[in-house]
Amino acid sequence: MKTMNENVRLAVVLTLIAAGAGLILSLVESVTREPIAEQRRLETVRALRNVLPEFDNSPDADTVVLVVGQDKKGRDVKRTFFRGRQGSELSGIAFPVTAPEGYSGNIGIMVGVAPNGTVSGIEILTHAETPGLGDKIAFPEFKRQFAGKNLDNADWRVKKDGGEFDQITGATISPRAVVKAVAGGLTFFRQHRAEVLVNKQGE
Amino acid sequence: MDLAREFGKGIWRENAVFRLLLGLCPALAVTTSAENGLGMGLATTFVLLCSNIVVSCLRKLIPAKVRIPSFIVIIASFVTVVQLLMEAYVYDLYKALGIFIPLIVVNCLILGRAEAFASKQTTLPSIIDGLGMGLGFTLALFVLGGVREIFGSGALLGFSLFGAGYQPFLLMILPPGAFIALGLLLAGMNRLDARKE
Repeated sequence: MKTMNENVRLAVVLTLIAAGAGLILSLVESVTREPIAEQRRLETVRALRNVLPEFDNSPDADTVVLVVGQDKKGRDVKRTFFRGRQGSELSGIAFPVTAPEGYSGNIGIMVGVAPNGTVSGIEILTHAETPGLGDKIAFPEFKRQFAGKNLDNADWRVKKDGGEFDQITGATISPRAVVKAVAGGLTFFRQHRAEVLVNKQGE
Repeated sequence: MDLAREFGKGIWRENAVFRLLLGLCPALAVTTSAENGLGMGLATTFVLLCSNIVVSCLRKLIPAKVRIPSFIVIIASFVTVVQLLMEAYVYDLYKALGIFIPLIVVNCLILGRAEAFASKQTTLPSIIDGLGMGLGFTLALFVLGGVREIFGSGALLGFSLFGAGYQPFLLMILPPGAFIALGLLLAGMNRLDARKE
């Protein structure tokens, strides 16, 4: 009977501690929910500002979501297209792409294009490339060379592979992955241009 | 009990990283810059302080048999609190520290202080112990991050030190540099202590 009582006591104490922890966590979560959502939105807006031509609307509220493929489990992979407008004219479209062939994990990239498919700018969103070597993909000198290029006027390979994009001394893998991912994004954009430009609000 | 002594032991005599060699995983992994080291140290100090307070308050209530799961729940809760607060208010640092914030849960320094100190002491000494140990940990990460940043990027806290002509010693920023820097710092500290005796 004594051990029975003790076990009950153990269970009660643990339950109380877990319940207290849950209470505190739900309080903190409710306080930080909005600032966190705002931080994530600001991050997207900052990237959009860097890659899109001039715009005066809110591209993060003017979106089209398309299915770009299926993942290994057969679920749809979706991509959001952000549309920048100058007055009533569409000035540019931005969309995120992922380069899975980086030296160290996925590289997340935001690509901005003019409506005709020419790149206006790219921004590296996330990467874990080697500091001092592969991380130079996030430097302005590297990102700048994408502006003005499209699928027809450029060879989308790094120079080492016969293309026209500068690799980085000591790190060819990261630039190669970025160039390939951006080119893939442009190809998708060209194939689905009508759906992206169609004048409806996102899903 | 001598509170000043309790505070001071965490800074030098029982410094978590340099003396006890505890919590080395974050100490080696995030210290690519002084700022990252400082941020990680302060986040860990906050968790350690809070968990020491709660554990010392609840020490008579928690049965010995379930003390470890209880400590872990308490520590994990505070880590999640820190993670949410950092994501909401210091987003850039949150992104830089990445996976190592949730991993504060398994920093053996925190569980170690809960088990060895806070569960046997009243609240005030536990606060002092948590502060001293936490700040000692922060100091260690800051120094380690500073040394690696100075040699690896030629800068400290983002300010360039040697001008544009400096060719950074990249190895110090890469993972092996963490071990080399820590080893040299440990050797230096041992030498200092040996001199004193």
